[in-house]
Amino acid sequence: MPGFPQADPIHGLLGGLMIGLAAALMLIANGRIAGCSGLFARAVGLSSAGIPRVIAMAFAIGLPLGAALVAMLGGVEARFPTSMFRLALAGLVVGFGTRLGSGCTSGHGVVGMARLSPRSLAATATFMTTGIATATLLPIAG
Amino acid sequence: MTRQAIVSLISGTLFGAGLAVSGMIDPARVRAFLDVGATWDPTLAFVMGGALIPMVAAWVFVRRRMRPVVASEFHLPATTPIDTRLIGGASLFGIGWGLAGLCPGPAIAALAIRPIPALIFCLGMAVGFALFRMLPPQTQGERHGLQAAR
Repeated sequence: MPGFPQADPIHGLLGGLMIGLAAALMLIANGRIAGCSGLFARAVGLSSAGIPRVIAMAFAIGLPLGAALVAMLGGVEARFPTSMFRLALAGLVVGFGTRLGSGCTSGHGVVGMARLSPRSLAATATFMTTGIATATLLPIAG
Repeated sequence: MTRQAIVSLISGTLFGAGLAVSGMIDPARVRAFLDVGATWDPTLAFVMGGALIPMVAAWVFVRRRMRPVVASEFHLPATTPIDTRLIGGASLFGIGWGLAGLCPGPAIAALAIRPIPALIFCLGMAVGFALFRMLPPQTQGERHGLQAAR
């Protein structure tokens, strides 16, 4: 992409469409929000949300399964921070924050935004702002 | 219930495949999107845009249906009000997202690609879930009432 040497808009759009179709299927067929944080918390038994645990577990198992299928067809790049402390701390903050805020990039950013939910619009604007501030102000070190 | 679990597995698998195809599963790419000070990578804007297209269509379709295809009723969270809990939680989530370049979906999907670092992040998330559960019940209260007006 001109001006953005690292950008991959074709794969971004294609993968995005797949994510949107997956979330659309969850809504139309099961009548539920495809929110990764809530479903994962329910799957590991750390949420008392009303969704039957088996439904949450099936979704959570599907996520790595889908990534593995793509990896079999071609390389999937996943460059993680090297600092284990940074990973664990980030995970903790994400875990607590998504529960407190009732959602993450999927539930608020995709499903709720598409619904024009005021709560999801506010949440997405907020986590985009703090995410950009954190990534921009803190160097990649570690 | 079995049919709903099968739908959920298919949805999760397609979702995980989408995360891998789009590059959202790559924490370095996510950070390159969030870090506007360096060489900005706009790929994730295309991911979010792409995901919104089918999802907007799904909401339009659902508004005309009384019930979902394989379940007896819709389970939808309330869309209002915007409160301090929502903004505080979203703020914290964004900080964690910017720190590592990982949000919950890609972290779980990456268990199949980079098991050890993904597991460390996921264990951290589980600790965060557990800490949230220790809050007083009125703070935890989910806004998950059934909502008729979609």
